Amino acid sequence: MNAIRDPALGHLAWPAAGGSRVPFGVFTDPAVYELEQQRLFRGESWSFVALEAEIPNSGDYKTTFVGDSPVVISRAEDGSLHAYVNRCAHRGAAICRELRGNVQNHLCVYHQWAYDLKGNLIGVPFRRGLNGQGGMPADFDMKQHGLQKLRVQALAGLVFATFSESVEPLEDYLGPMPRQAIERIMSRPIKVLGDQRQFVAGNWKLYAENTRDPYHASLLHLFHCTFGLYRSSQKGVSVMDAKHRHSMLTAMRGTDDGKLEDYQDTRTYNADFVLSDPSLLAGRQEFDDGVTLVILAVFPNLVVQQISNTLAVRQIIPRGVDKFELVWTQFGYADDDADMDLIRNKQGNLIGPAGLVSMEDGEAVEIVHRSIIRDQDKSSYIAMGGEQAKDAQHLVTEGSIIGFWEYYREIMGWAA
Amino acid sequence: MAALTPVELHYHVNKLLSQYVECIDDDRLEEWPDFFVEDCLYQVVSRENADRGLPTAAMYCDSRGMLADRVVALRHANIYARHYYRHILSNVDVKGVQDGAIVVHSNYLVLQTLVEGDTKVFSAGKYLDRIVSTADGLRFARRVVVFDTYRIPNLLVTPL
Ligand code: FES
Ligand SMILES: [Fe+2]
Repeated sequence: MNAIRDPALGHLAWPAAGGSRVPFGVFTDPAVYELEQQRLFRGESWSFVALEAEIPNSGDYKTTFVGDSPVVISRAEDGSLHAYVNRCAHRGAAICRELRGNVQNHLCVYHQWAYDLKGNLIGVPFRRGLNGQGGMPADFDMKQHGLQKLRVQALAGLVFATFSESVEPLEDYLGPMPRQAIERIMSRPIKVLGDQRQFVAGNWKLYAENTRDPYHASLLHLFHCTFGLYRSSQKGVSVMDAKHRHSMLTAMRGTDDGKLEDYQDTRTYNADFVLSDPSLLAGRQEFDDGVTLVILAVFPNLVVQQISNTLAVRQIIPRGVDKFELVWTQFGYADDDADMDLIRNKQGNLIGPAGLVSMEDGEAVEIVHRSIIRDQDKSSYIAMGGEQAKDAQHLVTEGSIIGFWEYYREIMGWAA
Repeated sequence: MAALTPVELHYHVNKLLSQYVECIDDDRLEEWPDFFVEDCLYQVVSRENADRGLPTAAMYCDSRGMLADRVVALRHANIYARHYYRHILSNVDVKGVQDGAIVVHSNYLVLQTLVEGDTKVFSAGKYLDRIVSTADGLRFARRVVVFDTYRIPNLLVTPL
């Protein structure tokens, strides 16, 4: 048995070193969930919070979450980005009560304390009392009572925030691989096409596993496989950053000629299934590299995706140990023509909670979560591709999931 | 259509709307595309996006063929928990005739029942319809479903 550094986690042991055996308790134990909020979401990590294109103008704001802490992302008059906890410094009321909006300053409705766009306190009603009565203490200093601020940084149009004073700068946190993958998709100005919100009854890490899992993608998602949008026999890679916390899988449509017999014994491939309106899958090649599918998972809460001509960021918001919300923000490029708009609208059928190739992921999370609740000390078995956190130049691997768990163990305080 | 009195029009529109929900609730989804003209638009869009004038839709089908493909996919490709829908339809309002189509708005509530037998409110929203008269009777030229329940519980596979 491994030494466990932290007494808070002492009741839950990993059955072996590394990340290839995961005790189910990490998905169901409220104590683990509480520690994650501290050590992970409020610890040494950057959480994705917005696209810059969602808040382009002075006074634009968006309310969202870092872990399960409510935050506001705001753009100030000088164009700078700010993030603060959505909680009044007076007695804790929410400052912003809409999903998004535009304001000159933020006014708490409860007692009308006012904050500027950077989160500084600028007004307190009856501060000096009325008719010589009441009022705040003489030593009350507005500067000491601003909103709780987070560090915020943007990269290629994606905005991240952190509670940590010490985490490395965002570029270094991401590392070269995720940075290049983001810059590839965010290569020119985008336009936001809308959001989709999905509420899944399962632990958020089951989804973190799912998005690092090329193994399931052609076996669970029959639609994907049948139409060749993704098959494990295609050319593709499954790669990680140096610390194994982020991962990317890619695939190239049309590179799997003659390999379909591999699927003949599975439920997955249905040769009789033809579309009566193939315009659903008509599209354009947008990237010179021939890569038609990218799932980039950025630790802890972001997925950046390209599936054919659909582009989206998915934000994972934990809502308790057994629930999470998934917010899909879909986008195109600002210079898309009318035909491209239509292509993205139609291919939008592929993704989101009603997506022909993505709806099953929520289902996979739920059927796992329901089945593990009574067996916290039993564990999963993750071995495809060699039981190691290794990059692969193919798609028959679970190496990135193992990498995720190794990093997770370390940051949470379980000995490796 | 022009020959119908307002009361007759209301009757025929109501009949179409009722038959549509009964078709889905009885799980006769193979017949569902027949409620539309060939060159139709069926769009399921969240109120959040509709209010902002943004195009992202949960489902976007601009032909009867795409509707049929949705049904084939959910019968043979997609994986989801077995469930039933029960539509509660209300406030059917025939707004008038515009460019040869009857404009109709109505409210819906969809209750979902899973195999364990529990029933929950799955979706609340509004239908915005343009209905045309064809040789086969009234059909939807355009049906836009704007759903208030924009945080979808897990997944949406059966059409609304
Ligand atoms: S709680 Fe915000 S002003 Fe009192
Ligand atoms: Fe998947």
